[in-house]
Amino acid sequence: MIPSILEWFRDPMTWSGPGGVPTRLLEHLWYTVVTVVIAAAIAVPLGLWVGHTGRARWLVSVANSLRAVPTLGLLFAVSLVVGPYIPGDLAFTAPSIAVLVLLAIPPILAGTYAGIDAVDPSARDAAKGVGMRGRQVLWQVELPNALPLLLSGVKSAMLQVVATATIAAYLGLGGLGRYLIDGLAVSDIGEAAGGALLVGLLAIVLEGVLSLLQRRVVSPGLTGRTARGSQDGDDAPQAEAPADAPVDVRG
Amino acid sequence: MIRFDGVTKQFPDGTTAVDDLSLTAPTGKITVLVGPSGCGKTTSLRMVNRMIEPTRGGISLDGQDTGRMDAAELRRGIGYVIQHAGLFPHRTVLDNIGTVPRLLGWDKKKVKDRSRELLEVVGLDPKLGNRYPTQLSGGQQQRVGVARALAADPPVMLMDEPFSAVDPIVRDQLQDEFLRLQDELGKTIVFVTHDIDEAIKLGDQVAVLRVGGTLAQVAEPQYLLAHPADDFVADFVGKDRGYRALQFEHAPRLTLHSEPSVVVGETPSSRASWLLVVDDDRTPLGWVEPARVGDRPVASEDLHRGGTVARASGSLRGALDAALSSPARRGVLVDNDGVLVGTVRAHEVLTAIEETERPERDEDDPVHGGAMDVSGERG
Ligand SMILES: Nc1ncnc2c1ncn2[C@@H]1O[C@H](COP(=O)(O)OP(=O)(O)O)[C@@H](O)[C@H]1O
Ligand SMILES: [Mg+2]
Repeated sequence: MIPSILEWFRDPMTWSGPGGVPTRLLEHLWYTVVTVVIAAAIAVPLGLWVGHTGRARWLVSVANSLRAVPTLGLLFAVSLVVGPYIPGDLAFTAPSIAVLVLLAIPPILAGTYAGIDAVDPSARDAAKGVGMRGRQVLWQVELPNALPLLLSGVKSAMLQVVATATIAAYLGLGGLGRYLIDGLAVSDIGEAAGGALLVGLLAIVLEGVLSLLQRRVVSPGLTGRTARGSQDGDDAPQAEAPADAPVDVRG
Repeated sequence: MIRFDGVTKQFPDGTTAVDDLSLTAPTGKITVLVGPSGCGKTTSLRMVNRMIEPTRGGISLDGQDTGRMDAAELRRGIGYVIQHAGLFPHRTVLDNIGTVPRLLGWDKKKVKDRSRELLEVVGLDPKLGNRYPTQLSGGQQQRVGVARALAADPPVMLMDEPFSAVDPIVRDQLQDEFLRLQDELGKTIVFVTHDIDEAIKLGDQVAVLRVGGTLAQVAEPQYLLAHPADDFVADFVGKDRGYRALQFEHAPRLTLHSEPSVVVGETPSSRASWLLVVDDDRTPLGWVEPARVGDRPVASEDLHRGGTVARASGSLRGALDAALSSPARRGVLVDNDGVLVGTVRAHEVLTAIEETERPERDEDDPVHGGAMDVSGERG
């Protein structure tokens, strides 16, 4: 199997033209990013609202149960039912993207909600206590504290979409999934496995990019990833020592 | 001035946390709410800045009904020190301190400058400014909490057990600094604690609450120690209240004896059984037994450090403790710079105590009378 993969990778045809790796990779990346951005635009505000107000928590459970719907079936069902009403190329891409978005929403919604829900109640209380209004509490305290879990949700949505977009190639979405379908169709193990390998690589790279983003936007105060000025972070005895130690004066 | 006017808080589950509380916290003074756990201290405090809304009655701030004010605006004008500090974990120390000024729309530079200034006011190293709360000790977090409450210079401060999460030595130090700060700032403060010693040390006025949220007694600390209104207050104030009341009696009338001393590093020439050792500035370091030291210079290891040192301008309690704890039976007194002024013996302090007057019981004290009524009603 490995020789045939290498052979596929060495073939110049693999790298050129509309069916070449660069084009397919960009297609795949494009669908993934568009899907995750749309899903986040829906799920993040919804999760923030549910978490902040504590209302409609059932939304999160419903979204989670959506994960059990078989993606492939939904994909075909949607494109069969809706496809005919949509003109041109969009007939294939729009339903596929819609299904992928549906797939990406639950992890982001759950992550956002869990992030807000996990905010230290004393921080939220302090926010109100110093005179923040509802929105200020949300933007200045709840959201920054929810970011680690929120971004974890985005990350897992992203990985899921990268993997599932492969299947969407069945419907003409293009992307790296084409290599799997075409390869399997003509029993070219090298092409199929090579395509799968590329999907995996893309997933790893995207995961890395998101982790970098996470490091940039999440406060060091939350991750424990803080640059310590000195060694006395947890306990600073010199700062706490009584100023006038030798004199024990009462009253 | 903060005025509680017949304030009652009943939670939806039926718990009455505060019951018909009437109380005035005078401008520029520290009013301490003290009582056992669950007696409604926090609830009372949080009704002032409307973190909790009263069920009945009202609270006014300088004559204005807080119930009619915009809650967020009211809170920005009141410094609130939250139990266990309640810092924002995602913000640096400086950003935590600058929270209220930023809400009030100060410009960035002014917020930064003010935050740095406050770091110093509460006695924190400027280099801690860029740390995050998890990188601070409990005592440091409490100081940041106080700095955050002070940031916009509010005339009123609410403080909920601000020193309870730290060990006794740090607590004592924080209390002293707090009193020194209040001397400068003169804020109107409502301070909550379950610790009667803290209440008596810090309060200009102490309100004792009992479980069920009723006011048992409100008085100056000396008065509370001398005349507890009922068994509950007497019990709560504690058995050694007679001794503790001495901290309000000043010592200057004591006649001091001059005390022979030796500077550390020199050889004692005296044959006394105990000799006081001082440093080059005549600050007392401890006692030695010349018989044990012999003919060599006094070293730091020779010192008996059991005796406490009291300020001559301090209280009779300090002077008595110095006498009782001294191995030589002579209590060491110093001036405000810590320089030795003389010694005093326990019986001399006791004589001074016998000559002091105790606070007169005030039969017309309305709150005092009210508390008696309440305890009668409720058994
Ligand atoms: N949100 C709440 N709901 C129901 N009961 C409460 C609530 N907050 C406080 N209580 C009850 O009210 C009483 C007073 O509480 P609190 O003011 O926190 O007491 P303290 O600060 O003196 O310890 C307690 O019995 C407590 O259990
Ligand atoms: Mg409390």
